[in-house]
Amino acid sequence: MRVQTPNGFNLDNSGKRIVVDPLTRIEGHLRVEVNVDSNNVIRNAVSTGTMWRGIETILKGRDPRDAWAFTERICGVCTGTHALTSVRAVEHALGITIPENANSIRNIMQLCLYVHDHLVHFYHLHALDWVDVMSALKADAKATSQLAQSVSPWPLSSPSYFKQLQMRLIKFVESGQLGPFKNGYWGHPAYKLPPEANLIAVAHYLEALDFQKEIAKIQAVYGGKNPHPNWLVGGVPCPINVDGTGAVGAINMERLNLVSSIIDRSIEFVEQVYLPDLVMIASFYKDWLYGGGLSGKSVMSYGDIPEHANDYSEKSLMLPRGVILNGNLNDVLPIDHGDPEQIQEFVVHSWYKYPDETRGLHPWQGITEPNFQLGADTKGTKTDIKELDEGAKYSWIKAPRWRGHAVEVGPLARYVMGYAQGRAEFKEPIDKFLKPLHLPFTALFSALGRTAARALECQWAAHQMSYFQDKLVAHIKAGGTSTANIEKWSRESWPRKAKGYGFTEAPRGALGHWIKIKDCKIDNYQCVVPTTWNGWPRDLKGNIGAFEASLIDTPMADPEKPLEILRTIHSFDPCLACSTHVMSPDGQELVTVKVR
Amino acid sequence: MNSAAKGKAPVSSIETTKRILVLGVGNVLWADEGFGVRAVDEFYCRYSVPGNVTVVDGGTRGLYLLSYIEETDCLIVFDAIEYSLKPGQLRLLRNEEVPRFTGAKKMSLHQTGLQDVLSAADLLGRFPREMALIGCQPLNLEDWCGPLTSPVRAQIGPAIDLACQLLKQWGSEAQLRRVPLRNSGNLPADVDHATSERKARRG
Repeated sequence: MRVQTPNGFNLDNSGKRIVVDPLTRIEGHLRVEVNVDSNNVIRNAVSTGTMWRGIETILKGRDPRDAWAFTERICGVCTGTHALTSVRAVEHALGITIPENANSIRNIMQLCLYVHDHLVHFYHLHALDWVDVMSALKADAKATSQLAQSVSPWPLSSPSYFKQLQMRLIKFVESGQLGPFKNGYWGHPAYKLPPEANLIAVAHYLEALDFQKEIAKIQAVYGGKNPHPNWLVGGVPCPINVDGTGAVGAINMERLNLVSSIIDRSIEFVEQVYLPDLVMIASFYKDWLYGGGLSGKSVMSYGDIPEHANDYSEKSLMLPRGVILNGNLNDVLPIDHGDPEQIQEFVVHSWYKYPDETRGLHPWQGITEPNFQLGADTKGTKTDIKELDEGAKYSWIKAPRWRGHAVEVGPLARYVMGYAQGRAEFKEPIDKFLKPLHLPFTALFSALGRTAARALECQWAAHQMSYFQDKLVAHIKAGGTSTANIEKWSRESWPRKAKGYGFTEAPRGALGHWIKIKDCKIDNYQCVVPTTWNGWPRDLKGNIGAFEASLIDTPMADPEKPLEILRTIHSFDPCLACSTHVMSPDGQELVTVKVR
Repeated sequence: MNSAAKGKAPVSSIETTKRILVLGVGNVLWADEGFGVRAVDEFYCRYSVPGNVTVVDGGTRGLYLLSYIEETDCLIVFDAIEYSLKPGQLRLLRNEEVPRFTGAKKMSLHQTGLQDVLSAADLLGRFPREMALIGCQPLNLEDWCGPLTSPVRAQIGPAIDLACQLLKQWGSEAQLRRVPLRNSGNLPADVDHATSERKARRG
């Protein structure tokens, strides 16, 4: 059957059906089904979250000051961002302000998450969609060294360095132990890097693995531990005592200097390893510009990183805020999280129950009641689904909308927004990236563009981290050591009823929490997370989601080896534990592919 | 959780003292998949260790455990293993016997597991000289949020005894605590039905 969706995509589900399950490399399960035509071009896509998240139900009746600790554990990857969103929601509901130092420390922790998450995503979750490890075995060490030195001053680039790594890799492959490199589609025709570039990428995969633990230390210094650092309604649970006597574990000069030195090394790593690798990969893949989907049409960013404490206005937020619809970059629309007409979630194709499913609900009115039922055209059984029926309910992810519109969120959305607003800190790096590749701005609307935006943002975040660290140190030196405001800590100071929202930009996109408090307890709590915005199923009008849209019209070299699907979906950095919760434990293999 | 390893050895003895890591991995949300974590927690509650020994609850951290592994000379790992043994049967695997695929079933939230960490450490050229895996065959992995089953729970004591023997062989004997640690807070977000989850439900 052929249809055109209201958001402008042509679907045809008559061809061969391919099922890829599960798709995320870590944390959670996403399943994608596509139909390909006789030329193996994707003509229909169905994405489904196969797990149910019940955190909203768990939070009901609990102390709102504890909510951050529960929501933070939705995910072990974007660790901290849910907690930050949660404390902001509670502070908004109860009218609590935070000190300037707390704002700086929160920003450093959030930016640190960006640097860590983007780096780890690129090298450990996404690189193998672009990099063929087996091809690296054929690389010439001397040529590899020359290539590496031509793109970066990074010192680990001698012929012997690459030779030794290659020897270890060969030993590995010969012994049949592929470890982190198992389950690849090695030799797939969609891989385009020469052996030398592949060997560089493998070396940096390992170096990044080694370096990421340093970045995480920043979160441990300010948050007490990583993953899942500690947070506090009213500030940060992080006393400052530069004299280094008195309170045990307080932040002193030695800790501050440690953080500053890690930030400097992070900037160096991102600029000398990550960015040159991105440019190198892009130069070989600049003709593979599939995977854009919704990004060229409608994107949204809530904005984040307030320059000034307690000021969440567009002016104060260093990451851009707004909505772009139908590709109109000249008109960035404002967002109001409290307006019941703006952000709404629909469940007509989701395994949830609303009293009236023709209408969306604003998160303050949100309901999380599971309703697992399969459509008449489903093949298989409830416990062993062979093929989903996208005409009925088919996902544990709800369908969120902004004024009824489907939007994409994430690094690309943020950079498109910054570009549209003409902000130099976003526009210039994009132009600098595209120019030597001779690519137009519209080339960004692709899986490669999403991957590029993430790398550029990683560099931006590393520098902003440095900015807020300097600001914090200067403020402390001027005598400001307050990190928490406990005026309204006691419940007696709260109104009987209150409601609020908090928002952040998680590394993978716009994140919002909405809370209603009654008699000092949580009455309702709703999280609308980035992978919900990107991974949602169809809505009432038949619009398809960002994941689904991104796959349409992509040619596949071999439907049995869906590398192209993985590459595009991974470019969103999907995090399904966050969108949904565990339902099916059958994740024995990284990817199972079934062609029907 | 980091043990007494924080108390640093004198500088002169650093080169001669083996750095030992006692690691428990697994997912406590999947019943017997949590064996490794439960075992290492119980070990830490019962025993104190010398300064060169670090005790770590590795949970489902996957590749992020690399920093611990690569700094280790001798490694002991508690984990659930799929060896088609009788449920609750223990097996000690040494050095090359430690398989690429540990973890009874690849369903921990992080799909990268111990084998990925070990191979990454190997590729980086920083691999433990000696390695021992204390594995237990699970009975039930499907009981979402359930506790360990009794045959597996019964092996925690014997598994800890094996670890103590290894530490002794490596010249770093664990000492039985006079008073075992209880409610040490090592698993503050514990979902073991016997403790916190029931408390929360009573409200």
